[in-house]
Amino acid sequence: MIQFALKRLGVAVLVALTVSILSFSMIYLSGDPAIALAGEGASEEDIENVRRVYGFERPIIVQYGDWLLRALQGNLGHSNYLKADVASVVFERLPTTMILGASALIFALVLSIPLGVLAAIRPNSMIDRFALTVAMIGQAMPSFWFALTLILWFGINWRLLPISGTASWQNFVMPSIALGYYVTPAVMRLTRAGMLEVLSSDYIRTARAKGLRPMTVLFKHALRNAIIPVVSLSAVQFGFMLGGSIVIETIFAINGLGFLVWESILRADLPMMQAIVLVLSIIYILLTFLADLLNGFLDPRIRVS
Amino acid sequence: MSNKILEVQDLTIDIPTPSGTLHAVQKVSIHVDRGETLCIVGESGCGKSLTSLAIMDLLPKKAMRTATRLELAGESVFEIGERRMSDIRGNRMSMIFQEPMTSLNPAYTIGDQLTEALRRHRKVSRSEARDRAVFLLEKVGITAAASRLGQYPHQLSGGLRQRVMIAMALMCGPDLIIADEPTTALDVTIQAQILHLLAELQREFNMGLILITHDLGVVARIADRVAVMYAGQIVETGSAAQIFSAPAHPYTRGLLACIPIPGKTERGAHLGAIPGIVPSLVGKMSGCHFASRCPEVQQNCTSAPIPQFEALDPGRSVRCLQAENAAMRSAGQEGVA
Repeated sequence: MIQFALKRLGVAVLVALTVSILSFSMIYLSGDPAIALAGEGASEEDIENVRRVYGFERPIIVQYGDWLLRALQGNLGHSNYLKADVASVVFERLPTTMILGASALIFALVLSIPLGVLAAIRPNSMIDRFALTVAMIGQAMPSFWFALTLILWFGINWRLLPISGTASWQNFVMPSIALGYYVTPAVMRLTRAGMLEVLSSDYIRTARAKGLRPMTVLFKHALRNAIIPVVSLSAVQFGFMLGGSIVIETIFAINGLGFLVWESILRADLPMMQAIVLVLSIIYILLTFLADLLNGFLDPRIRVS
Repeated sequence: MSNKILEVQDLTIDIPTPSGTLHAVQKVSIHVDRGETLCIVGESGCGKSLTSLAIMDLLPKKAMRTATRLELAGESVFEIGERRMSDIRGNRMSMIFQEPMTSLNPAYTIGDQLTEALRRHRKVSRSEARDRAVFLLEKVGITAAASRLGQYPHQLSGGLRQRVMIAMALMCGPDLIIADEPTTALDVTIQAQILHLLAELQREFNMGLILITHDLGVVARIADRVAVMYAGQIVETGSAAQIFSAPAHPYTRGLLACIPIPGKTERGAHLGAIPGIVPSLVGKMSGCHFASRCPEVQQNCTSAPIPQFEALDPGRSVRCLQAENAAMRSAGQEGVA
């Protein structure tokens, strides 16, 4: 198990390095960063000054090394727009986005796994069709439209839930549903397919031949095996939701990373965007790593081979 | 009280298909005594595996099962409800399947899967169940049994997994074991070991054993009695000695002609083969199912349904008009003499 974990960790570090190169090169996306920073109408001398102050005249590999070292020490640069340390702003906003992502994922799993299991137990039944309908609607509906619909009904018409801000847990209900609903179909269909396959397997027949209770057969023997691909998918979807929260956070005016990205794009605040891309990517890599570990725990075959 | 562990009468399995009802098993009657081995022989698709699943009530949902009698140790186990049936499964009768590679759950250790069978049916502590598992693993010839308990199925070879399956079937000390082609997926040397093991355990624990196979070599080695199945019906039953020395049904004779016998079958000579294919079991059928492939077919074979004919010898029956005629002729001659 330890060997397996170390191997996975090695892969994760390599991916993180690649991502860091990508996010570093973001500064060069709009051509010469010195010109961009100096602003419109800057003289040749100003631009040269900026270049020297920021160290853009050095070889690119040195710049990357320097940037990476500082990033590892938690220094992600300075936002010219906010006149603040990028890292402190990002980590101030991060918990909000994590809470939103986590509650959206929990909502998605709590809705989709039981539906997927039920659909698999009785394929082509009413419950299966219902689950399929839920999945299709979820897949077809853009999340911003769904979010606006929720606001319209639950926030404005019925006045049940607050429509913006992060003042209490109630503020997170609608955003979590709007964000989580979008991943429900994939998780549900995967659970259903996995359960269908596992339920027709030989070892389920063995479990029944042992006289085990239907619930034991279903949850101990079937779900444990069917859930393995769902774990990987959930990690990917969680990362996806962190990115997808840009739309949802903007709609619900939630002060999270997504909202910050949107603001930073409008302000052309490059260091901020760079830092957020880096942080979100690292979180994504961590999640994948954790999912690998969890899968190793669930499936002994992964552990050894 | 009779020694009968299992009594099955007129077991019929119908499976609805888009092209009509598939009569997979038709009025199969078998019985097994304590300490007896019954081999059900037949080619693939003849309904022998379905018969065994039907006894355990493990048929796929769409398969419809009827029987006039299905008794375990004199007690009916037909349509007694899933709850009561699950109390019997793995407890008083257990099953060993064909595919040891896929019949164990990959996510749990051997020890967990062995002990859960016992703990489901008996009030025993974890350590008592563990002791029983170690005892049985040693019984089925697994070395270092205690350390195997922590291993996962993928860490064991096919032969070892089948031994684990056998140990699992024995956890509750059942009256009856049904082994559905337990050696088909194993290589030949392991096959012999597993069969030997099954026969030995059956004697030691005085259980009834139903062995389902298409391998007549296996039958010759361990059967007390044999039931030959063809196209959903039992065509001949009798003691192993009777079946091998005087097969009464042309199908049984055909099967026996397919096996090479060392010293008897000439080098280079063709082995027997039964021409034709198994008839479709979908829809209405009449006459003898084997008629289209039978070398001894007569006109009346295809017209009327062929009854099972019991009077050959005690405990012996055959489903063949020609055999019936032959028996009547010999009975007549005896009468004259």
